[in-house]
Amino acid sequence: MKKTNNKESFRQVWQRHKSKYLMIAPFGLIFFLFTFLPVLVSVVLSFTSFNMAEMPKFSGVTNYINLLVKDSVFVTAVKNTLVLALVTGPLSYIMCFLFAWLINELPRIPRAILTLVFYAPSISGNAYIIWKLIFSSDTYGFANAWLMKLGITNEAILWFEKADYILPILIIVQLWLSLGVSFLSFIAGLQNVDRSLYEAAAVEGVKNRWQELWYITLPSMKPQLMFGAVMQITNSLSISSISIDLVGFPSVDYAGHTILTHLHDFGNLRYEMGYACTIAVVLFFIMVLCNILVQKLLRRMG
Amino acid sequence: MRKLVQVIVHKMRNRKIKRRNRSLGGDIFLMIVLGMFGLFSLYPLVYIVVNAFKPMSEVFIFPPKLTVDNPTLNNFFDLGAIIEGFDVPFSRYMFNTLFITGVGTLGTVLLGAMAAFPLAKYQFPGSKLMSNIIVYSLMFSSAVTAIPNYFIMSSLNLIDSYWAVILPAVGGTLGLYLMKNFIVQVPDEMLEAAKIDGAGELKLFFSVVMPLCKPAWITLIILSFQSMWGTTGGVFIYSEELKPLSYVLSQIVSSGIARTGVSSAVSLIMLVVPVTVFVISQSNVIETMATSGMKG
Repeated sequence: MKKTNNKESFRQVWQRHKSKYLMIAPFGLIFFLFTFLPVLVSVVLSFTSFNMAEMPKFSGVTNYINLLVKDSVFVTAVKNTLVLALVTGPLSYIMCFLFAWLINELPRIPRAILTLVFYAPSISGNAYIIWKLIFSSDTYGFANAWLMKLGITNEAILWFEKADYILPILIIVQLWLSLGVSFLSFIAGLQNVDRSLYEAAAVEGVKNRWQELWYITLPSMKPQLMFGAVMQITNSLSISSISIDLVGFPSVDYAGHTILTHLHDFGNLRYEMGYACTIAVVLFFIMVLCNILVQKLLRRMG
Repeated sequence: MRKLVQVIVHKMRNRKIKRRNRSLGGDIFLMIVLGMFGLFSLYPLVYIVVNAFKPMSEVFIFPPKLTVDNPTLNNFFDLGAIIEGFDVPFSRYMFNTLFITGVGTLGTVLLGAMAAFPLAKYQFPGSKLMSNIIVYSLMFSSAVTAIPNYFIMSSLNLIDSYWAVILPAVGGTLGLYLMKNFIVQVPDEMLEAAKIDGAGELKLFFSVVMPLCKPAWITLIILSFQSMWGTTGGVFIYSEELKPLSYVLSQIVSSGIARTGVSSAVSLIMLVVPVTVFVISQSNVIETMATSGMKG
């Protein structure tokens, strides 16, 4: 990982930056063994046929060809994943920032309470199961009860059995879960904004909270905004457990099938690890691509 | 060196925090937005708390109610009775979880932040490459890396020890990436000033960087604690006496519908500790508001 510069010898580089390398080393070692190496092995496995009982057999790019050309369910999975990500990604990002910003205005105690309340869905494990009750398909389900009370429908809607409803439901639940890591990092980031800037801005004619937000708060939080963007991209493309737990696996017409549920299918149910690794590699490249695009967009805006 | 930090902290503290540029109409509108989404978010917490105190007769009422008519502690007593019957004492499970959570969180925060500092503030051969690897390794699905990880663990003879759970968590890059994005904002002038006073990199890290990035590492403590607390050990720990609390509790939950009330009590117990840590840490983030602040 440590590249030597052409102009300097390895020893010179070491002499000059020794303390920096040494500070990275403890983390670097653990990272290399337990994060980097497993990823590398997974990439190698993606070129093999591996059922976990026998040794992996090298199969070239067969997995990739099967996945990208022959696997029609994967096409559905990619489509669903992209729809979910395009809606929940940007929306959840804006929500994280907006709520963090609004909370930051409040006095101390209400702020601590509201932070907890907003963060609660992400801290309470699989509490999203309650959405199953809300969208329960009989007349007792809250959604049905309300719709019938208001006279919008006459009979109970089978929420999880109609393909058209599945993606919207997943979007709602994902948004509800989205005030997580990015939200907390925005709250912390807002604490770091230099307060004297606001006073200076008021003197210089910044009139309302929106101008203040645009000219001071956002530019002061660039690193956190970048961090949040990466997190929301990764999360919005990794939707799987809410789909499996809420709309079932496999879902009706594969309407709730995502790239990660496809991976779950091959990795955890069919034990085709090589193929599962191929899916992971393809998902990785989709994420990297999205990340590059979003970073470009954010840079242009800043 | 220390004096410098004190002067800066003092300056920050004396800065008046005024709310300018705020209209009443805007305040009311935003409060309504907050309130509505708040109710929406509060639901699972209320539901978990209420269910834990419901007697058996109320658990199965349909549609489920958000109130409890005859609150009872029976669910907790039942849970206690189940735990009594285990071969391994409850305190042992508790210790396992505390050890894993404590060491894991400490390692994540300390090692992650320490590695983040040079990557955030200096350019040196390899720094850019390492930064990129760190961001991109966040994007590889952990569902498939678990298997190679198992082989690596077993070849290092770490399977069935606390370390099999702790090390992969510490080796995750989320914490480092979070810290890096905050350390970038530490003003270079402050680092330079401290360097002129003769401080080495390690000293800079502990006496300038960490105090200024308190909101960041407190956030990281919350995140790390929460994920370590919920870890079940999975296939990495198989000895009963090394299993963490959440494994045992999830076993109780998954063992049948007759214990629905008990499983609600379990959910509440599992939630209480992370929520307490969250509230304490979060009010600390807020406390630092008046004392910290960086010139961007």
